[in-house]
Amino acid sequence: MSLRRDLEPIVEWIRPGARILDLGCGDGQLLKHLAGTRGVRGYGLEIDPLNVTRCIEAGVNVIQADLDEGLRDFGSASFDYVVMTQALQALQRPDEALSEILRVGRYGIVTFPNFGHWRVRLALARGRMPMTPALPARWYDTPNIHLCTVDDFEALCALRGWKIIDRRLLDQSHREGLGHRLAPNLFTEVAMYLLEAPRIKGFAT
Amino acid sequence: MNAASAARLTPGSVGIVTPRRIAIDAPLALDCGRTLPRHELMVETYGTLNTARSNAVLICHALSGDHHAAGLHAADDRKPGWWDNCIGPGKPIDTERFYVVALNNLGGCKGSTGPNTVDPETGSPYGPDFPLLTVRDWVRSQALLADHLGIARWAAIVGGSLGGMQVMQWAIDLPERVANAIVIASAPQLSAQNIAFNEIARQAILSDPDFHGGRFYDRGVLPSRGLMLARMIGHITYLSDAAMRAKFGNDLRAPTPSFNFDVEFEVESYLRHQGQAFVDRFDANTYLLMTKALDYFDPARDYGDRLDAAFRRAQARFLVIAFSSDWRFSPARSREIVKALVDAGRDVSYALIDSQLGHDDFLMPIPQYHDVLRGYLSRAADELEARP
Repeated sequence: MSLRRDLEPIVEWIRPGARILDLGCGDGQLLKHLAGTRGVRGYGLEIDPLNVTRCIEAGVNVIQADLDEGLRDFGSASFDYVVMTQALQALQRPDEALSEILRVGRYGIVTFPNFGHWRVRLALARGRMPMTPALPARWYDTPNIHLCTVDDFEALCALRGWKIIDRRLLDQSHREGLGHRLAPNLFTEVAMYLLEAPRIKGFAT
Repeated sequence: MNAASAARLTPGSVGIVTPRRIAIDAPLALDCGRTLPRHELMVETYGTLNTARSNAVLICHALSGDHHAAGLHAADDRKPGWWDNCIGPGKPIDTERFYVVALNNLGGCKGSTGPNTVDPETGSPYGPDFPLLTVRDWVRSQALLADHLGIARWAAIVGGSLGGMQVMQWAIDLPERVANAIVIASAPQLSAQNIAFNEIARQAILSDPDFHGGRFYDRGVLPSRGLMLARMIGHITYLSDAAMRAKFGNDLRAPTPSFNFDVEFEVESYLRHQGQAFVDRFDANTYLLMTKALDYFDPARDYGDRLDAAFRRAQARFLVIAFSSDWRFSPARSREIVKALVDAGRDVSYALIDSQLGHDDFLMPIPQYHDVLRGYLSRAADELEARP
């Protein structure tokens, strides 16, 4: 099974043998890949019953749960990495979700579609809600309710003191080009971040 | 074509099965301090034990279940075993791949040693002298049965409700003997509300004048009013409010009220029928014993009230399943189990089945439920068969 292109950078960030929680794990592809290639152990959280069944069939640990209900069943710093791909913008409170991710995980890995991409801006300049390869849904049936730009996201991280350890800013074919380096907020379609929460020395969590 | 030949022709039936009585001659030390020198268990098996003896699945029954989990005893049986929709060739618990063992637990009333069997020391039924049991006692007894059958390690142990509690206790007490633990519609211990319902059920039996302190066998009577009432109370907790409303509403059976205490509403008729049917097939002393075993269940108690500490002993992979409309052992109780397993670092999957009926849904062939069970167990069978 070949891994989805947008998940490849995540695999590179995760050290072998780590304990991982994958929020909105879908059919469990990332967890299965990580278990097979890096000896990573963990659980996926997934709300869709069909995906839950697929994970179980694939031998992936999956816990049926609604991400909007939070991670209160999980202890602080109980995972090395908490991963959430392409789900942040669909949550009721992305800021609270990120804060929970960085409470439960020592590191957080988050990916989202960049609302600052030129295609989005072009659509809005024409007076219409954007429909782009990274945001294919129409305004009235999109699950995305809290879209943000790369700059918005980094401003929130700065405000909350979340440290950006690494980032990958990719176009729709998941490459980084010259444009991304010169004007990342304009040319990034998919943004991927490796974050670390500030920890107070002397506290276990 | 009669019902039986129809059942046999039904694809997925294990067909006609014959229960076996297995004598366990090893002494069994019980949590209450007493020891049973020997005991007998009624057992049914379906499928074939492989040469490695590695494909055995144990089915743990709930409060009123028994060893007759699948198939028919006779060609003209009206009903198959209690979990026939789930056990059989091609079914989620696939008897073409697994050797399935179902038993009537110690203390039961379907032929295994229990209150209604004869105490060899006195020559009369044990009655109230039969020791009260715990879930752990059942696990010990089932382990002796596994020894007798030559099963060192179960490929899976599966149980719903009180059966799920036996599954958890197995995984904690005998970790090396369970590969997969499937816990369905269960709870990590009873709530005060659960115990309260059990206590009302017990009082209904204990206060029946025909109970005679549990020695009713010799007197030719049955505490049928008490047992019927106990079962009626139980049934309320097995169904959701929505299911009862959908099934019975508040429909009167007659066009006008009759202003007396006869059966007037459909739900009254249902409860009385269920209660009455139960009296004909169940023993009052066993009912008391089963409800006490439920009340006593608390695997965390020996681990500083920390369920995660208890589960740290376990080696099995877990599958936990809950039903959205179950309020007796609600999904929140299953999530407690899952949380403790995650905290303990165990392998666990959790599925919440969208359901209507309530607690009883664990016996229903709900497609999402059976897909999850089938998916999990077929993977377990694949892994088993891949190993030499």
